[in-house]
Amino acid sequence: MGLDFSQINFGFILGGVLVTLEFTVLSTIFGFILGTLLSIIKISKFAPLRWFGIAYTSVFRGTPLLVQVSLAYWAVPQLTGYDIPALQAGIITFSLNSAAYVSEVIRAGILAVPAGQRDAALSLGVPYGKMMRDIILPQAVKNILPALVNESVALLKDSSLVSVITANDLMRRAEITMSNTYRYFEPLILIAAIYYVIVIFLSWIGSRLERRLRQSD
Amino acid sequence: MIKVEHLHKSFGKLEVLSDVSLEIAKGEVVALIGPSGSGKSTLLRCLNLLEVPTSGHVYIDGVDITVKGTNVLKIRENLGMVFQHFHLFPHKTVMENMIYAPTKVKGVDKETAKREAMDLLRQVGLEDKANSYPETLSGGQKQRAAIARALAMKPEAMLFDEPTSALDPEMVKEVLQVIQGLAHTGITMVIVTHEMGFARNVADKICFLDHGQLLEVSTPDVFFSNPKTERAKEFLSKVL
Repeated sequence: MGLDFSQINFGFILGGVLVTLEFTVLSTIFGFILGTLLSIIKISKFAPLRWFGIAYTSVFRGTPLLVQVSLAYWAVPQLTGYDIPALQAGIITFSLNSAAYVSEVIRAGILAVPAGQRDAALSLGVPYGKMMRDIILPQAVKNILPALVNESVALLKDSSLVSVITANDLMRRAEITMSNTYRYFEPLILIAAIYYVIVIFLSWIGSRLERRLRQSD
Repeated sequence: MIKVEHLHKSFGKLEVLSDVSLEIAKGEVVALIGPSGSGKSTLLRCLNLLEVPTSGHVYIDGVDITVKGTNVLKIRENLGMVFQHFHLFPHKTVMENMIYAPTKVKGVDKETAKREAMDLLRQVGLEDKANSYPETLSGGQKQRAAIARALAMKPEAMLFDEPTSALDPEMVKEVLQVIQGLAHTGITMVIVTHEMGFARNVADKICFLDHGQLLEVSTPDVFFSNPKTERAKEFLSKVL
């Protein structure tokens, strides 16, 4: 037995870092934007909007991510004829899925901002949109930042699922290496280490961001 | 400038205000007093539609703000409000708190807004706190900053909702002095307060509420020395 890293093409596997990061970063950003909009929909006074928000979350939380990704990559082209690139299918699915989770986090964050903040903003004549953007959301996000970092870390790890739709991420490159070399331990332990390092890096960025936002305390 | 007609407000089955009618002239200082739960704060909050009346009318400068489609934001710009718990924006410095609404709502340019804000901060004795975050201020300082923030919109009237109730006793005076100072500038003021001495000194008119009804409207001298209703007599005997 023994380990033999000599057959492993490090350059090839490391190339997957960029793909994995692209998935994670873009899905985090789009997921956050969509999740914010969805959270505002969910606290809307207009009932149909609220129902839509609740149904959306229910569907995306109630079905496996792997099934969602597969639907986007294989089933959508069958219906529409549009041959969707793996990267696009992955990012769209992950963003939509993440939005469902993030919207719940942000909604809780918004509700945790004292009602007086809303009163104060409205009494100054501030319109609803500006109040949300400048007064309520910044305070909400500050409080939920740890949960948002968790979501980003979860997205990073779940991104390994996109290997099944042939996106060339870390996981898929490890799989290719395994089938070419019949070595399993080396490529897998290597990508596990890489994932771990990226997670630590993300957490570090998160805690720096948190410290900056805590300036006002 | 403010006229309230047959105002009713219920929260579910609980009637908080019952048929309140009231008129406040320009430049007048009105104190709303009464026991806890009498509806004073709700009445105040109906004046800028932070609470929507169940029925009745509120006119600001002749405009009925209870009619659907009224530009409530425009009305609110003109009615500054000060809260019991200050509600400064904690993620903004005092200066940022001051210039936010003037720049973002009224479109005043930043330099002008800052200069005017500085004048107001000087007026309330907080010129050295412009760049501090609210968290670092004392209660009295927070409330003075909140008053200055409301004044920065140059409102025609100021609404005070128990401005000193959340303060430590030694800080009450500094806030009352600021409000008293304003009374002399001719700005219209409506003040919900439990400070009877202050109400007597500063108000032109006392409104006494109990159980959601406006029981008495009179001058401070008449109200404090010779209240008409039994409820007012009883109330005064407890608080004076």
